[in-house]
Amino acid sequence: MDEVTEADPGRRAALRDSLSVGLATAAYGISFGALSVASGLDVWQTMFLSLVMFTGGSQFALIGVLAGGGPAAAGPAIAAAALLGVRNVVYGMRMKPLVDRGGPVKRVAAAWITIDESTAVALAQSDDRSARLGFWLTGTVVFVGWNLTTLIGALIGDALGDTRAWGLDAAAAAAFLGLLWPRLKRVQAGAVAVGAAVVAALATPVLVPGLPVLVAASVALLIGWFDWFDRKEAS
Amino acid sequence: MTTWHVILIATAATLALKLGGYVVPAGFLERERPARIADLLTVALLSALIVVQTLGAGQAIVLDARVPAVIVAAALYALRVPFVIVVIAAAAVAAGIRAFT
Repeated sequence: MDEVTEADPGRRAALRDSLSVGLATAAYGISFGALSVASGLDVWQTMFLSLVMFTGGSQFALIGVLAGGGPAAAGPAIAAAALLGVRNVVYGMRMKPLVDRGGPVKRVAAAWITIDESTAVALAQSDDRSARLGFWLTGTVVFVGWNLTTLIGALIGDALGDTRAWGLDAAAAAAFLGLLWPRLKRVQAGAVAVGAAVVAALATPVLVPGLPVLVAASVALLIGWFDWFDRKEAS
Repeated sequence: MTTWHVILIATAATLALKLGGYVVPAGFLERERPARIADLLTVALLSALIVVQTLGAGQAIVLDARVPAVIVAAALYALRVPFVIVVIAAAAVAAGIRAFT
């Protein structure tokens, strides 16, 4: 009995975190669906991305670069999506000891739902059992919700027609800003954001659409390698 | 390359990365420098995408209704307004400016 009562708060916290984070994230799917259709993908292509790629940052990057550059931006669009997926490798390494306890099917399932949210909820729990619960539940809630809302968004986007008149291009910029915002707590991250923004703006007139984003990524390489601007918290 | 090719290749790449964390020997990205760079890479790409999406028009840099929309979005994020509402507000600002100019 003692064990049950002791485990309960942890379990409740994991349930609460998973559901609130899961539902809040799922709501983003509407904007992804609408923006994806606005950028020229059809509803099937949009759904494929949410079902199979299933990592918001890469999905937004892919459609953003394609929207800006068209077919000529194919290479940069793939590269931008892949580079934004690099952080999932780190998440996988952190989650592996916790959730990789079964056959290859379970491992693929775990990898599939390894995203910002499932990792964050798992890491926030106080014991391993709650962390496992948080990971699987958050991943599942986000997956189901994200795909449902992507479909709704894609159908809305399809019905809107002239997306510029509806301000959807500005909505895409605001969506990227929303993904960036929680990452700006450290001075170093802020410096990278400013540096990358300047490089992207300077490179836009001289490079093929799509490439400026990739060139700007080198700012992260430079600052990260030498660990410049490493002061703990922004004041 | 058709749009489907782009989607399939990019999806294969991101899925491979997700699986990579579970199959490569642990340790490499756990080290401080690679982990830091992976983290900052996300920041740099998102920041660059904001600039291109806000100011870019092909290879030109233009100031139009998107700029005030993004400024409003930044202010709303600072006030901790939820993502979806901010995105809708940004669209409304840009759409409003375009409707009246």
